[in-house]
Amino acid sequence: MSARAAGGGAGFAFLFRPAVLIALFALALAVAVWSGSGYAPTIIARTAILALAAVSLSFLIGQAGLVSFGHAAPLGIGAYAVLIAGEYGVTNALVLFPLGFAAAALWSAATGVIALRTRGVYFIMITLAFAQMLFYVAGSLSAFGGDDGLGIAARATFFGQRFLRTDTDLAVFAIAALGVTLLVLERLSAAPFGLMLRTGRANEEKLASLGLDPFVHRLVALAAAGGIAGIAGVLLANQVEYVSPATMNWHVSGELIVMVVLGGTKRLGGAVLGAVAVMVIDETLGHFTEFWKFGLGLVILGAVLLRGADLTQLIRGTAHG
Amino acid sequence: MTAALFFSQLLNGLQLGVILFLVAAGLTLVFGVMDFINLAHGVQYMLGAYLVAVLSAWSGSFAFGLAAGLLAALALGFVMEVLVFRHLTRRDHLEQVLATFGLILVVTEGVRMIFGSAPLPFPVPAALNGTVTLFEGLNYPVWRLVILAVGVAVAVLLWVLVNRTRAGMLVRAGSTHPQTVAALGVDVDRLFLFVFAFGAMLAGLAGAMAGPLVSVEPTMGDKVLILAFVVVVIGGIGSIKGAFVAAILVGLVDTVGRAFLPDLLRTLVGKSAAATAGPTLSSMLIYLLMALVLSFRPSGLFGGRPS
Repeated sequence: MSARAAGGGAGFAFLFRPAVLIALFALALAVAVWSGSGYAPTIIARTAILALAAVSLSFLIGQAGLVSFGHAAPLGIGAYAVLIAGEYGVTNALVLFPLGFAAAALWSAATGVIALRTRGVYFIMITLAFAQMLFYVAGSLSAFGGDDGLGIAARATFFGQRFLRTDTDLAVFAIAALGVTLLVLERLSAAPFGLMLRTGRANEEKLASLGLDPFVHRLVALAAAGGIAGIAGVLLANQVEYVSPATMNWHVSGELIVMVVLGGTKRLGGAVLGAVAVMVIDETLGHFTEFWKFGLGLVILGAVLLRGADLTQLIRGTAHG
Repeated sequence: MTAALFFSQLLNGLQLGVILFLVAAGLTLVFGVMDFINLAHGVQYMLGAYLVAVLSAWSGSFAFGLAAGLLAALALGFVMEVLVFRHLTRRDHLEQVLATFGLILVVTEGVRMIFGSAPLPFPVPAALNGTVTLFEGLNYPVWRLVILAVGVAVAVLLWVLVNRTRAGMLVRAGSTHPQTVAALGVDVDRLFLFVFAFGAMLAGLAGAMAGPLVSVEPTMGDKVLILAFVVVVIGGIGSIKGAFVAAILVGLVDTVGRAFLPDLLRTLVGKSAAATAGPTLSSMLIYLLMALVLSFRPSGLFGGRPS
């Protein structure tokens, strides 16, 4: 990975460091709390949660080259874990977070076994289709609100202690989760495990000729990324205090990809910046017009089309045919 | 389960199948010829429905509305290709996903700005409104039969175009061996332009046919897009024949499954279990079908080129 890999140029490379990102988040939260704004901590909590989901997807896309278009599914599974466990009276965070992680990881691994048989466009479409299947299944769960969804019983507790009472509490927790995730995934990327994923992405034939098969590595990457998205889903359900199939809508998967690519896929921190960018567009345009997604769409189109001047991209594209 | 009910569900399934085929045909060709993933194909289906609905209401004639709407859909296909798609043909899939997702947001919100979120009225044309008695005890809507006929006619037309004309030969060759075709001096970019615009028109036709049966609203393309993806994956990318077989299969499995699976479950596992599992399981059927097909054939039923 070169120093100026992800768009911003060498001068801004420090922005992609986990420590810097987390410090900036903490600073923003401190300013928000100090200014007494009730709304800002909510926005910061949401941004950190979405960034967490985006980082896990960035690990899949950037390291393993697995463009999953179904990342809203594990996110939604985490959210539904909170809802369903809450309906049965379970609100202990020590149950909810492992449950959300495990359920989402299990889903990602199970669908991954089939999806990993395919490559390229097929992989994109299959992950999308599986996520959409889950979207319809969630809509048919009439005991849990069906298409409309349901409010959660209560925010997560720690043996009766309501440690997530305000959105500031939640933001602290989400930022901490984001920091830990960034560190773990960066270590994982730097380890032989990450090398195997990147080599599998760059030249699968060469790996095969060496007698190596990245299948298990990819499956583990899918499960880990799914599990992290599940954690993000648990946090999201606690923040919104409402869970509906809309969490798994394929537009959510699309927006996560937007965050990952806008921020640059070469560094995990890019996804965090992408998530911030999408939230900023949402919060600024969203105040002017209910059609803010029109603006988001134009930004996306512009970003992709104007990057056409990138020579390495062009050369790689023609080599592909 | 009476014979009439079964037969009408069978026809409904076939009719969903031909609608899916019209959408998937353009999608699979664009995939095949240019290795291009176009998420915005559902938008073209939606635009077709809007164009035909608006032009029919404005002119008072469905025939005029259909003809003008299809021409407009074709023109929009050319415009979109020139403005957006041709700049993406040699980029990687991730960028195609991203840009076409952006295009979906722009077009969907644009339509919402102009027409609002409420469904647009799209009545069945008066001459084709009504039912016909197919046999004792089965009255079937004429419009649904028209959809079936149009779908089969387009399928035959496409088969002739693809298998019996020079342009079709280039499309077939382009979808399996694009480099060779380009090396032989064929302008693949121009071929892509026409295939893309034609695919947009077919999707528009599907939207216009389905319009009176579903609600015409800005997000109507989303559901169809994902079903069309399932069809393309099952049929194999680039294969018109695969798209047809898979579309009919998906249409039948989805419709017949939804109609009869809950009944079947009730006899097997009892009433209360069936009430919860029935809807869940029947909405999963086509995805399970897809998983099953891919377990045996990772590049689809008729997919020649492993992707």
